[in-house]
Amino acid sequence: MKRVGVFICHCGTNISAAVDCEKVAENAKSFPGVAYSTDYKYMCAEPGQELIKKAIKEQKLDRIVVASCSPRMHEPTFRRCIESGGLNAYLLEMANIREHCSWVHPDDKERATIKATDLVKMAVAKVMQNEALVRSTIPITKRALVIGGGIAGIQAALDIANTGHIVDVVEKEPSIGGRMAQVDKTFPTLDCSACILTPKMVDVANHPNVNLITYSEIEKVEGYVGNFDVTIRKKARSVDLKACTGCGTCIQKCPTKVPSEFEMEMMDRKAIYTPFPQAIPNKPVIDRENCRYFKSGKCGVCQKVCPTNAVDFTQEDELVTERYGAIVVATGFDLFDESVYGEYGYGKYKDVITGLHFERLLNASGPTMGKIKRPSDGKIPQNVVFIKCVGSRDEAKGKAYCSKTCCMYTAKHATLVREKIKDSNAYVFYMDVRTPGKGYDEFYTRTTDQYGAKYIRGRVSKIYEKGDKLIVWGEDTLLGRPVEIEADMVVLATAMVAKADAAKLAQMVGFSYDQNHFYTEAHPKLAPVETHTAGVFLAGACQGPKDIPESVAQASAAAVKVCGLLSKEEMPTEPIISAVNEAICSGCGMCVPVCPYTAIDLKVIQERIHGKTVSRKVANVNSGLCQGCGACTVACRSAALNLKHFTNEQILAEVDALCL
Amino acid sequence: MSITEMPQNWEPKILVFACNWCTYAGADLAGLSRLQYPPNIRILRVPCSGRVNPQFVIRAFQRGIDGVLVAGCHPGDCHYVSGNYFTRRRYLLMQRLLQYVGIDPERFQARWISGSEGPKFQQVVTQITEEIRAMGPNRKLRDAQ
Repeated sequence: MKRVGVFICHCGTNISAAVDCEKVAENAKSFPGVAYSTDYKYMCAEPGQELIKKAIKEQKLDRIVVASCSPRMHEPTFRRCIESGGLNAYLLEMANIREHCSWVHPDDKERATIKATDLVKMAVAKVMQNEALVRSTIPITKRALVIGGGIAGIQAALDIANTGHIVDVVEKEPSIGGRMAQVDKTFPTLDCSACILTPKMVDVANHPNVNLITYSEIEKVEGYVGNFDVTIRKKARSVDLKACTGCGTCIQKCPTKVPSEFEMEMMDRKAIYTPFPQAIPNKPVIDRENCRYFKSGKCGVCQKVCPTNAVDFTQEDELVTERYGAIVVATGFDLFDESVYGEYGYGKYKDVITGLHFERLLNASGPTMGKIKRPSDGKIPQNVVFIKCVGSRDEAKGKAYCSKTCCMYTAKHATLVREKIKDSNAYVFYMDVRTPGKGYDEFYTRTTDQYGAKYIRGRVSKIYEKGDKLIVWGEDTLLGRPVEIEADMVVLATAMVAKADAAKLAQMVGFSYDQNHFYTEAHPKLAPVETHTAGVFLAGACQGPKDIPESVAQASAAAVKVCGLLSKEEMPTEPIISAVNEAICSGCGMCVPVCPYTAIDLKVIQERIHGKTVSRKVANVNSGLCQGCGACTVACRSAALNLKHFTNEQILAEVDALCL
Repeated sequence: MSITEMPQNWEPKILVFACNWCTYAGADLAGLSRLQYPPNIRILRVPCSGRVNPQFVIRAFQRGIDGVLVAGCHPGDCHYVSGNYFTRRRYLLMQRLLQYVGIDPERFQARWISGSEGPKFQQVVTQITEEIRAMGPNRKLRDAQ
């Protein structure tokens, strides 16, 4: 016989002023299963809890209903209470007669009392079906994975490694460094980007706790928090990293020239190459698509000249699987495809370039050795026009969001044009100037007041070539008149967009992304680096447009979350998860695509039927991944799936109790 | 009792399936803010509006409930990523099913109320209570038993 104890709380007068608590306690005595019912002034206080514990013992109660405030407030309190009274914590139900009753019906005591009685009746009907649940624990693998080796990934890896945990950094490109390596100077201090980035790259490469896995991609992610099984594809580098000394002879002798991606195709690289001089690892890779040996079978010069025999044409992609406790996703961003804006002539006119092209033109190791020159004829431009919000804040052709960094980097570019080229003009077409950030607005003010960049509020409607000049047509909306500028060069401040394969990675790891394919944080304010998937954290521009300081801050935040997780030996799991009744599961698999956490798969079980062993498929819930939403229970056609603590039987019992 | 007969002092009884993360919290906020509404609703807590099996709703109507509201997070804000999208689709289908069995489909409603929308919770349940009151008691399936 089940023996339910009902405890009605007055909450001082918070409840008793609007609900007749004695009467509710009296009414409860007649509900099926109730062995004991009482009321008390403050159930959550020490004497109230003692009252419950004493009643459990004296009345031999085996399940408890507390009618008081919201379970969101005191469910943990009363769970602990009945646990110390000797009952399983999940044999408790709460009836919310404060927030949902007394506080909202203060003027109708009679009907509020009827409602409170109903709520208690529902809770009693439910608790009769409650089962003891046990929190299990899962072990935690003390190893972290960072996906992406840009500044965010580097920072996260360093912070995690410094606390003593092992970190693997997987980078798609042949070198770590990411976008920051391409940038020349950083705002608002005009620090040289490489000067602050490359020491960090060296630190992370030399750190005893960090393994760099470059030129590699994530192939598959399985498992759950504490135990992610990640398969990494190490692409064939064709160069043995251990044997190679990085002397660079092969690069010198290679006969094939290819436009360099790192230099925004304004300069050539070889088919065997390192992306940039400070690359880490500073060892070359063969671009098989362009290499003569791989295309025609002839050449092989690099192999012949290599003093250590490091070049290996027979290398193949290698798949390795490693287990990680936590994952930091720091995959960065791409740039908006400017060719959508036909009126700007990007792709048609050589001297219409993007901000990132301009960064390379400014850079001392770039195609022009740091001199600002036109890509078309190498002349030094006198009039440089900048156009902001190309692809951002434009729902018609681009993205609705503000790309956040463009106002500042354009101000930086305008400053550098005025600083580097004598008697030059820098014109900036803008919609708004947005400079929130420490020292940012001061920098912008210096750009206009001290460096004399000319800011024009308005959009550009057309750019066309006239001789060796670019004629820029626009409108000055503040003066209300058209503007025509004879420019030598036009720089487009293109929006940051999510990586082209961002959605693919998110689906593989199992977390969500927004309509722009930026990764979604668990809470926009209170959980900005977590994802909805436990154990997966976000850092940098993969979550949304960000500048360097923000990316670094977010990376460190993600690192702390990872370390918090890895500092434990094991973690408790919530027992309120779905369970499969294998006897009635038909293995139809309807539940599999419904699960937002990919927690369900089909497994094969063996059964003895009429003396024969038969194997059949049934659903299988991964208790580490299941978050207990119950979506699968409704999708299940044979009710083989049920959510613990919110079972079909429990909910139907509540419905029946209310209606009958 | 026939459908046309209205018992004296009849008050509609409405079952509200509230998701734990948004609407239940929204109802808590309505309480904290002391926003009054008619005492006709009974809240049943579920982890997600997507947990509400149509069977639960049918059972409630079968047992004579006058109205059912399923309420969860706003589309796109589901704590469990996609649960409320299932609710949204089921809601439209359910209304058609109810119409088919002869129950006024307006007795079944779905709403999106977030944890910060106490006033919206008050407004929604007040409005639904009045709408159900105007429809009179639901005796259809009960009488058929």
